[in-house]
Order: sequence, then structure tokens, then C-alpha cells
Amino acid sequence: MSPEKMVMMANQIATFFKTQPGSGQAENVAAHINDFWEPRMRSQLIGYAATGATGLDPLVQSALSSVRAPAEV
Amino acid sequence: MKDLIIPRDNDRDMGTPAREGAPVTLTIDGFDITVPEGTSVMRAAAEAGFQIPKLCATDSLEAFGSCRLCVVEIEGRRGTPASCTTPVAPGMVVRTQSEKVKKIRKGVMELYISDHPLDCLTCAANGDCELQDMAGATGLRDVRYQAPADGGMSNHFEARQNGEANPQYVPKDDSNPYFTYDPSKCIVCNRCVRACEEVQGTFALTIAGRGFDSRVSAGTAADDFLSSDCVSCGACVQACPTATLQEKSVIELGTPERSVITTCAYCGVGCSFKAELNGDELVRMVPYKHGKANRGHSCVKGRFAYGYAKHKDRILNPMIRDSIDEPWREVSWEEALGFAASRMRGLQEKYGKKSIGVITSSRCTNEETFLVQKLARGVFGNNNTDTCARVCHSPTGYGLGQTFGTSAGTQDFDSVEHTDVVIVIGANPTDGHPVFASRLKKRLRDGAELIVIDPRRTNLVKSPHIQAAHHLALRPGTNVAVVTALAHVIVTEGLMDEAFIRTRCDWEEFQVYAEFASAPRHSPEATELLTGVPAAELRAAARLFATGGNGAIYYGLGVTEHSQGSTTVMGIANLAMLTGNIGRKGVGVNPLRGQNNVQGSCDMGSFPHELPGYRHVKLPEVRAVFEQAWGVEIDPEPGLRIPNMLDAAVDGSFKGLYCQGEDILQSDPDTKHVAAGLAAMECVIVHDLFLNETANYAHVFLPGSTFLEKDGTFTNAERRINRVRRVMAPMNGYADWEVTQLLANAMGAGWTYTHPSQIMDEIAATTPSFAGVDYTLLEEKGSVQWPCNEAHPGGTPLMHVDGFVRGKGRFIVTEYVATDEKTGPRFPLLLTTGRILSQYNVGAQTRRTGNVVWHDQDLLEIHPHDAEVRGVKQGDWIKLASRSGETTLRAELTDRVSPGVVYTTFHHPDTQANVITTDFSDWATNCPEYKVTAVQVSLSNGPTEWQEDYASQAQRSRRILPAAE
Ligand code: SF4
Ligand code: SF4
Ligand code: SF4
Ligand code: FES
Repeated sequence: MSPEKMVMMANQIATFFKTQPGSGQAENVAAHINDFWEPRMRSQLIGYAATGATGLDPLVQSALSSVRAPAEV
Repeated sequence: MKDLIIPRDNDRDMGTPAREGAPVTLTIDGFDITVPEGTSVMRAAAEAGFQIPKLCATDSLEAFGSCRLCVVEIEGRRGTPASCTTPVAPGMVVRTQSEKVKKIRKGVMELYISDHPLDCLTCAANGDCELQDMAGATGLRDVRYQAPADGGMSNHFEARQNGEANPQYVPKDDSNPYFTYDPSKCIVCNRCVRACEEVQGTFALTIAGRGFDSRVSAGTAADDFLSSDCVSCGACVQACPTATLQEKSVIELGTPERSVITTCAYCGVGCSFKAELNGDELVRMVPYKHGKANRGHSCVKGRFAYGYAKHKDRILNPMIRDSIDEPWREVSWEEALGFAASRMRGLQEKYGKKSIGVITSSRCTNEETFLVQKLARGVFGNNNTDTCARVCHSPTGYGLGQTFGTSAGTQDFDSVEHTDVVIVIGANPTDGHPVFASRLKKRLRDGAELIVIDPRRTNLVKSPHIQAAHHLALRPGTNVAVVTALAHVIVTEGLMDEAFIRTRCDWEEFQVYAEFASAPRHSPEATELLTGVPAAELRAAARLFATGGNGAIYYGLGVTEHSQGSTTVMGIANLAMLTGNIGRKGVGVNPLRGQNNVQGSCDMGSFPHELPGYRHVKLPEVRAVFEQAWGVEIDPEPGLRIPNMLDAAVDGSFKGLYCQGEDILQSDPDTKHVAAGLAAMECVIVHDLFLNETANYAHVFLPGSTFLEKDGTFTNAERRINRVRRVMAPMNGYADWEVTQLLANAMGAGWTYTHPSQIMDEIAATTPSFAGVDYTLLEEKGSVQWPCNEAHPGGTPLMHVDGFVRGKGRFIVTEYVATDEKTGPRFPLLLTTGRILSQYNVGAQTRRTGNVVWHDQDLLEIHPHDAEVRGVKQGDWIKLASRSGETTLRAELTDRVSPGVVYTTFHHPDTQANVITTDFSDWATNCPEYKVTAVQVSLSNGPTEWQEDYASQAQRSRRILPAAE
């Protein structure tokens, strides 16, 4: 997937959870990604973040520590 | 398993509709009978087992009382009242066969027959004609009336009389592709006219003229059936007691001798039909009156458009090729399956376990879908399974799951009869879900109010005897803003149902939500500029919905196919909870599903993150159930969704796909991206009836079977599990579930199903909401709505009655976020897409039937203002361009769409509306944003380069080598 598309998809998720009340938005973003993103998409996200994270919403960035790194791809 | 033979009585015409009411006892011909108050004497007699002769009455229509054949004598009453229009009364004593009434009846019949051709033996309705039956029942033996010898015209059926043209004679109208109207056989009983009004709600027919001159007329005098408003639903044909309105297939093939009850394979209404046959030759499809979704009605697709099943384009032999530049080679099943299996296994060895996947079909049966996802999970060893519901209703699953705890509509279709205010949002039921639309329109004519939220003035907004109280013509992409503004009005004006919210929902969450919705930025005044909906109109609509009695919301793909599709679904759920409209008849949240088995394919675990019954693959206790049943280990990680598969294919990590009964190249957005993904795969297996567009990129083609050729079940939009029954042997040799099993076994699975009922047993054993379902129960009950288990042995017509599935209903904050798809100087218009009545989805089936007379190409609807500034006139070829691509089609100038909005359908592959749509998608589910694309329209003089390239690639790719001798 193109990095732009991945960034957009991750940011869209963050945009929703940002509007939700209460705390734990970052965990919710991570949980959504863990539940719906296939391992190679999560790997791509984690890899992308490690090399600069350009364009990633800060909420996605703070969710990254809770995004489950896949065992193998 | 044997065909369901319909007991004779079950299908008997009771003369007038059933009533509900207090019991009334009367005596008919010496027998006591008790019936509900309001029942006609005719129906009471039928309940007692007496068939009073009748012509103008039938139990699908209100009694009319015009033929006078049904007269009876009632003690203490003068004269001979018509039994169809006379309601029962306590203690009434009725005689149905006195000398007096027999004489009247004979006289009536004599008059009818004197103006009717006596060519019974060669008539298409011979043996299936109520006029014939009544002549027999009344004992008519001779006809005394005769044409006057001096040449005065006296009948309607002779073209010439005494050498002169008969001015009363009207020739047959065979303009409709499926039925004829032969006025010479008409007895002017008015049943057709009433069927068109009462059952279908189209009002296409009238009786023109009076007395001897009266005639059934479609539209105005200048019209024939085809040019009239007739939508070819067939209700009039069904109601006609004679051969006047007659199916062309019966004229051609003769009257059928047996029938099998089955389910329509087109839309999510899931109408029950009687397939009527001679041997294995299908003569006609007739809506089944005990079908609980359709109650005896149908639309043109299910009723008539089944000809694709025998179309010459059907591929009946398996085919393979090494690469997509080669022509196809016809091979044996064994060779094709061996080729497919070794390629798929080879890909897994080379590129890893997760390099292949499946797409299940929302057109196939539950059993077939279950097997395809089982193939991925149990044989491929991954969760790479998705279904075309991804591109339509995946946000429904997510949104309703989050708010209510289950991803399905809350009501049955009967519920609409108890509704007082209906919101239809992002749906066009008269075209997409026609039989539901007819039932809705009936309720609207009886007084319910309607609010339509749609960018386009759909047929529901205004049609004969129907007018929406409010049409909120919003700008495409602003659903969330409109839905939240409705909530704003309800909350700030204190119109919510607090008692309901306190008992049924989480009160804390409600308060947070109420505060959110009350914020001034959500007021209709604040959002008017954005949404284009006048604030006063929106306020009035909100008040009507909140205070008008039972409120029900029906929605379609205009809600889900957006960047914020899931959020809108949540907003709709919020509205229902806010107004207390959940958990009883007449209310609820009802997604109108596109294809016949969208609900079922979602239920059956087609999604890559969910096992059957909507349970996440990460849950070890759920995996354990399937691991035990299947003896394999289930991957705990979610698999790829369709758009992700295509992305991964372009990236080189996804290489093989088994695609059953779907045409992703035509139906999915951003065609160029789909084509690139498919082209990058090394083994694409297409399992379909036709060489569809996706097959242009396939290496293996496995011929599919039609719904007429297999057993199974479909689950409609009401969660109703309906039986599909095999009425003829598969022309391709195997039902689709057998083909999947053969493929699985070629890959070493060792499956041994011999009948789909065994697959259903496996579903029931593994999926709690289906625990009580088996074919015996379906045989007995006809159909059942899930959940069907120990707690609900007879199924569940209404959901969330005493509490939400998830416990407390959950209000979710729904902030509007503008889609990134924005208009600008290059692309100043917004394109939205939809469909029309006569065509279905990508049109693979309906384009291969007589339905093309209604829609032979996709048109672009554009407002006259927008057309004028571009120099576009009605019917001009225009170029439609977006940042994704461009295509050409013809323009249709109409004010159905607002200025700034254009609209088209996607039924024809050469238009390829999806070349235009982008790869933006719903934030939660990746459901593509079909409904909003920024475009430009300009004059054009022919197909675009893409269209030409596409056509030549398609043509090259469809070559088939002659079979080797
Ligand atoms: S067309 Fe058929 S249903 Fe209509 S009035 Fe004539 S006989 Fe009756
Ligand atoms: S086919 Fe349907 S719409 Fe057409 S005239 Fe008959 S009842 Fe009316
Ligand atoms: S297409 Fe839909 S409405 Fe029409 S007959 Fe089939 S199930 Fe019924
Ligand atoms: S059937 Fe009763 S009047 Fe015609």
C-alpha cells in the first residue's frame, strides 16, 4: 500500500477517536488497528513510524506503542 | 431432500384479505364457523371449506363487488348481497346455494361468456382460468345472447364483424417483454387496476370509458404497457383471472404442472417464489403468497428476469490458462481443479501462507459462503477472506455492533405496517428494494408520514398518492452533519424519550452525547451552509420524527458508502435510541441490504477479522470451537480486506485469489487500481456463471450454478433465513458448494459433505445465533429469523425487545468530518451513484434478460443549470472525469439532482462508473466512498482511451480455444 494511503487510513481512525469523550484515545486507536489491520499492514505502519512518521497524526504516533507488532509476516 | 409440495389448500384463494378482530360466529349452509370480526362472508365460507363463485374478488385485494357472481342469501336480509363485500355478523345465517342465487349466477356468467371468445382449447390460460372455472361451477350450459343479425356491433373480441372492422376490438399489446395484454379476453373485473394500486402502488392502470365501452388502459390512450408508468412487477398479471394479462413464457411453453418454493436471488428483500415448471423446464416464477418477506408480491427482477440462467453466454466447462494474455483452454474439472490447487499451494510455498485468499459471494447461499471462508481458514490457514459486503454494508456491521451489540436490522418487514413516521436515508427502495417499497407505500397511503434524506429526489419523494412530508436534499458527504443536527433539535427541544433512555441505555454516555449534540455548532442553522438543507425544514423533520408516534429508520448504501459511513450508522442508532424507537413493532433501525445474501455472507464469517456469528478471530474461546470442529489451528490475526488484498498484490505479497460469484473489477471502486492488483496476482480463480470482467485477469475459470440449480439458504435484510431449492440439475455439473468442496479437497482438505443441510448443521453447531436452525425447522416454518436458538426456538422477528444485545444501548459521539474528496476548480461537481429498478448490481444477470428494454445504458443525471453552463444538451455524449480517471456516457437533464450534484448508475461494464470513483474509504471498515466523488463534466465525441483499451483487453482476454478433439 502506498505510504500516503496508509497514513490517510491511520489518520482517519485517529480523527474518529479524537472526537470521542473520556481518555484512552490512543489505546482505542491502537485497539482498532490491532483488530482490523492485517499483520503486514501493521508492520508497514510500525516501519514507517520508525523512519520519520511523516504526516502521521500525533494521536496515531502515541498509539504506536500499543500497536501489536506481528510475530512474522 | 424432496421438493416442498404445496398442499392444495395452503394456496387456495380465500376471496378477500384476512382480518384481525374479535371472533364472530355465524352459520353458513348449516355449518357454524367462527372468524375474526371484519371478515367477509366469502372468506368465512372459504374458511369453512365452501368456495363461493367469484370473479372480481381475490384475497390479495380489497373486495370490489362488481361482478355479482358471489351473491348469497342471508336470513332476515332483503335481496341477494355480494358475499365479498358483506362482512360477517354474529348469528348470521347464510345460504350460498339457493335456487335464487344459482339462477342469478348463471345469468351473470351467460352475459360474460356472450362477450368472450370461445377458443378455450387454444388459450394460454386453458386450465388456469377463473372464467372457465366459474362457467363450470355455475353449470352454464348454453348462451342465449347473440349478436344482432343486422350487423350492430355487440362484442369486443372479433376483429371484424359482418365484413366490417369492429370498432370495439382492440388488438393485443405485447410491448412488455414479459407479458401480453389481450383486451379481447378482458372481463373488466378491475382486479389488475386494483393490484397495481393496492399491491404495487404504481397506479399505472385505469379503466377508461364506461359501461360496454370500459377498457383497461395502461397510462393514457396513446400509451402501451411499455411506455406507461408500469414497472412490470407482475401484480396485475397475477391478479387477472383470465388470459387477458398473461406471461409470455406461459403462452410459449404451456401451463406448468409442478411447483417448488424458493427464494429470489436478486435483492435483499428475499421474496419467496413458486418456481413453476414442466419437468425441469421453468415456465414462470410466481410470488408465493405465504412468503413472509413479500406476502405474495414481487418485482420485475425476481418475477421475470431469470432468463440469464439459460443464457448462451453461460460458461459450462472449466477453463485454465497459464497467463492472462493467452486464450482460455477448456479442460476437465479434474484438470482445472488440479491446476488451481497446485498453483495455490505453490504460491503459499513460495510467498508464504498469507499470500493467497478468498472472496465470498453475497449472491451465493449461506452454506456456500460458509465453505469458502472455511477454505481460507481451515485449508489455506489464514484469515484472508472478505466479501463484497465490504463495499456496501460493512459499516452497518461496525456501527450497529458498537451501539446495539449486533450487526443486523432490528425488525421484520411486516413491522412497517405499524409505523407512523418513516425516515428513508440514503436508500432508493422503489428501485433497489421494490417489494419493500410497495409495502412502505401502502402504509404511507394509509397515513404514515415520510421523511426522505437524499441528495436526489427519489421516486418516493413524490409519486402517485405519496408525498414526503420533508425531503432533506443534502449535499453528498454530509450525512453525519444532518443526522447530528436532527439529534440537536430533538435534544435541545426536549423531545427525547427520557424514560426509554434511562431504562435501556447507559445514562452517563447519554449525557455526554446530549451535551455534544446540543452544542450550537450542530444546530441546523449552523450546518445549513454545509449541508444545503434549510434549517427550518430540518427542524420540522426532527420534530415530526420525535413526536409522530412509532418512528422507523430505513437506510441504504447512501449511508454506508462514505468516509464516515460507520459514523452515520452510529448516528442513526443514536436517533432511534433518543426517540425510544427500538424494541417493538413499527420502529427500529433497518439497513436495506443490497444483494440477496449480504446479511448471510456477513453472518457466515466472510470478514477477515470475524468467525461466523460476528466473533473476532482474536478470541481464543471462539477459535477453539472451530479448531475442534475442523481439526485445524486458526490464525488469531485478522486477514486482508478486499482493498488491502489489492494493495498487497500491487506490493507483491498477495498472489492468489479464489473469487466466488463476485465481479470486483466492475463493482469495486477505482477500477485501475483493482486491475493493477489483479494483474499482479499469479493465480486468480474466478467461479462464476459468466466470463465477468474480473475473469479478464483470471487463470482458472470454474463455472458456477444458478439459484435454480442448488439447495441452500439465503438470509435477507430482516435476518430471515429462507430456503433456496433446486428446481433443475446444474447445467455446469455441480452446485457451487460442490465446486468449493472439490477445490478444497484438491488441496487436501478431505471434506465429505453430500448435501447443504449438513453444512447448515455445522453452522448451527458452531454459531450460537444459528444453534436452532436446521432444514427440518425451515421445512416446517417456511423461514426463520435469527437469532434462533434455545432462548428463541422460533426465531426472532424483533430484536432488542427487553434489552439491547450488548446490555445497555450505547450513545456514541458523532462528529462530522468533511471527506477529503473535495470539489475544486478542476472537479467542481459531486458525483453520487445508485441503481435503477430493472437492473441489478453490475448487471451480469439482468443485462442478459429482457430487462434491457428499460435500461440499455448508464446515463449521467445532471441539473439543467449545470448542463447549460457546459453546453450539454439532453442525450449528448459527455465526458465524466475525476482525479482517478475518465469515462463517457450520455447526459440526462433532470432536476431530480440539485445543482452541483450529478448521478449515475453502474450497471454496464462499458461505462465503468468505477473508473471515476476513488480509493477513499470508510474510516472504520474500508468500505469505499462510492457516493462522493469530485468530478467535471464536458462534451465529448466518443469513448475515452481507457474505455477503448479496456474493451480491447477484455476482448483479447475472453478468447476461448476450441476444445481439443
Ligand atoms: S385485464 Fe384481467 S384483471 Fe384486468 S379487468 Fe381484464 S380480466 Fe380483469
Ligand atoms: S405490472 Fe405492476 S406496475 Fe405494471 S401495470 Fe401491472 S401491477 Fe401495475
Ligand atoms: S429483486 Fe428483491 S424485491 Fe424483486 S423479487 Fe427479488 S427479492 Fe423481491
Ligand atoms: S366476487 Fe363478489 S362481486 Fe365479484
